[in-house]
Amino acid sequence: MSYVLIIGAKSDIAKACAREYAKHGYDLCLAARNVNELSEFAQDVTTRTQKSVKLLELDILDYKSHQGFYDSIEEKPLGVISAVGYLGEQEKAQSDFEEAKRIMDTNYTGVVSLFNIIADDFEKRRSGFIVGISSVAGDRGRKSNYIYGSAKAALSAYLSGLRNRLYDAQVHVLTVKPGFVATKMTEDMDLPEKLTAQPDEVASDIFNAQQKGKNVLYTKWIWRWVMLIICSIPEFQFKKMSI
Amino acid sequence: MSLLSWGMYPKVTNTVFKFNSEERLKEIISEYNDLIPYGNGRSYGDSALSSNIINVKPKDYFIDFDEEQGLLHVQAGVLLSEILEAYVPRGWFLKVTPGTKLITVGGAIASDVHGKNHHVEGCFSECVKEFEIMLADGEVVTCSKETTPDLFRATCGGQGLTGVILEAKIYLKKINSQYIDQTTIKTKNLKETFAAFEEYQDKPYSVAWIDCLAKDKEIGKCLLMVGDFRDDGKLDYRLKPQKSIPFNFPSFALNNWSVRTFNWLYYGKAKEGVSKQRVDIDTFFYPLDAIGHWNRIYGKNGLTQYQFILPKETSYEGLEEILTAISKSGKGSFLAVLKLYGKANNNWLSFPIEGYSLALDFKIEKGLFELLDQLDEIVVKHKGRIYLTKDVRVSKETFEQGYPHIEKFRQYRKANKMDSKFQSYQSKRVGI
Ligand SMILES: Cc1cc2nc3c(=O)[nH]c(=O)nc-3n(C[C@H](O)[C@H](O)[C@H](O)COP(=O)(O)OP(=O)(O)OC[C@H]3O[C@@H](n4cnc5c(N)ncnc54)[C@H](O)[C@@H]3O)c2cc1C
Ligand SMILES: NC(=O)c1ccc[n+]([C@@H]2O[C@H](COP(=O)([O-])OP(=O)(O)OC[C@H]3O[C@@H](n4cnc5c(N)ncnc54)[C@H](OP(=O)(O)O)[C@@H]3O)[C@@H](O)[C@H]2O)c1
Repeated sequence: MSYVLIIGAKSDIAKACAREYAKHGYDLCLAARNVNELSEFAQDVTTRTQKSVKLLELDILDYKSHQGFYDSIEEKPLGVISAVGYLGEQEKAQSDFEEAKRIMDTNYTGVVSLFNIIADDFEKRRSGFIVGISSVAGDRGRKSNYIYGSAKAALSAYLSGLRNRLYDAQVHVLTVKPGFVATKMTEDMDLPEKLTAQPDEVASDIFNAQQKGKNVLYTKWIWRWVMLIICSIPEFQFKKMSI
Repeated sequence: MSLLSWGMYPKVTNTVFKFNSEERLKEIISEYNDLIPYGNGRSYGDSALSSNIINVKPKDYFIDFDEEQGLLHVQAGVLLSEILEAYVPRGWFLKVTPGTKLITVGGAIASDVHGKNHHVEGCFSECVKEFEIMLADGEVVTCSKETTPDLFRATCGGQGLTGVILEAKIYLKKINSQYIDQTTIKTKNLKETFAAFEEYQDKPYSVAWIDCLAKDKEIGKCLLMVGDFRDDGKLDYRLKPQKSIPFNFPSFALNNWSVRTFNWLYYGKAKEGVSKQRVDIDTFFYPLDAIGHWNRIYGKNGLTQYQFILPKETSYEGLEEILTAISKSGKGSFLAVLKLYGKANNNWLSFPIEGYSLALDFKIEKGLFELLDQLDEIVVKHKGRIYLTKDVRVSKETFEQGYPHIEKFRQYRKANKMDSKFQSYQSKRVGI
């Protein structure tokens, strides 16, 4: 069985990825907390594509469970995609360390804990791909979401290092940096239409980038240029700005 | 963000409600009035518009497929394009499909849509085994022709005015190719066009494209395209990426001359007499879907489609009169689609009756509604009717005269307290 493991599978982007991979002939294993909530979705994917979909319970913050989680999977996946993330509330996180920690742990620590285990296995087997969903928010810290941004920056750096480490083992690592995506996470925000992707566009970009062995994917593509501009503003200027 | 319809007219603001459970939908329905369900917004006018909109598109799960019966069970927000993507490669096609695949199953039921095979297969409701609908009191009912015939007749074609369709079971049809053998017949006038429709009536799919700027003796000249699926086992269907019109064209871009040129090119390009082609599903059924947001070509003021049908007895005379009126007005229409329909069904507001229907796209501009009022008179005179899912301006009087079951529909809505919950701008205008 050639299946893909998707972590944080209840995310709208993850669900779109699930449909995209199944459409291209891959079986799936979906991992999330309260994973039973995904049973109707699993049925959806199977009815569309005739691919098999397994569900596994996983809490990314329960680090101790990660080794057991991965060991319990009999046949190892072809590749893994993580869409786990938590935007949190920036203002709250500034004064409430619990919130800050939750943001950092969900977006970074938890993913590292699990990816370390999977990377070891893929390295040994000299095959597999790893896709981590980071964010353009990690490219430069801004006052509106720098705690989330810093966790994503850490994740991007981690993925870059992992790519470097696994190069010799022919394990490919893709860093995904979405701009705005219309999902549960951004439901209450008023996003600019032209810069906002739908989850299925992101999923199709991810599939193509992963298949082509790209390293870093900005999606929508225009975000590469938006971030190039944002990152090139001198710090003395940037610190006065509100963007 | 507010939702508009395909015509981008009227420009309205609205509150859009999403729901992720039946409980939540029930709450919305009990708390608010002036609600109308919204699928993928491919209706041209104000059927799906109101101050409060229930967005059903996110309900897009496939639930089950019974291979033996070809029976597909889906949520109402699933697009026809998603069904094709998943099932054409497995040898299944929609029994009934309109000229765009970018509509939801809920929208297909609510407009009781029809396609090029209406004269053979009837409307979309013919392939609906049953559907689930949430009514005005929040109750969810499983509705079929057999178990709840009145609800079925009111809902299929009922423009979302009976409740929110949540799921449906629809029959698909078996195919053994994604290619169609198409025959194109080029005619010189309305008489020849009618004769061609009659001659090719046994073909399962047929539709004609009319040059409505033709004058005098040439009025009614057309390209009639008929066809049927091949049997070559080639089922390698994939959705093609769309090219998209990124912004509204300036409204002067589409004038009498550009339409004339387009019509001339399109008509001129086809071979004289009868010719044959092999085309794929998308080319045959959905030529317009190749260009995303093509409605923007009509400029920021938007567009409307005028679609009417006349009983067979009055069709020739009526069409001649209408085409003459349009030709005189000089108002351009890129698309004028003519088709011969089969028998009407029993649904109270379904559009098709046996006869000829013409659909014309117009950009919204000064003088247009006066022209359409004038066309209304001709339609009424010839005992015809207007298609609600395309309409944005028809008067109550004109509308009523075309639909003999209208009182039943009104009474049914009232008796079930639907009229105080579900309303669109259109339902208020035409009094249903
Ligand atoms: C290019 C093009 C070609 C077309 N060709 C044809 C054709 O050949 N034949 C034809 O018949 N039509 C045709 N249409 C019209 C189109 O098929 C109908 O307007 C259809 O109803 C649109 O479906 P939608 O999902 O976009 O619904 P919307 O446009 O969002 O809504 C249409 C109606 O359905 C109701 N509705 C939507 N979802 C639900 C639900 N879940 N429960 C209850 N009510 C609901 C709405 O309230 C509204 O009254 C065409 C439209 C376009 C743009
Ligand atoms: N939407 C955007 O604009 C945007 C932009 C850039 C990057 N991203 C990134 O894209 C990824 C997907 O996000 P999304 O937009 O699809 O939003 P989302 O639907 O909120 O997805 C986030 C997912 O992470 C899961 N999660 C959170 N904590 C978890 C935990 N402890 N254990 C297991 N799963 C946990 C959530 O599960 P529950 O459903 O159980 O809560 C949720 O499904 C995230 O990494 C996000 O940071 C999004």
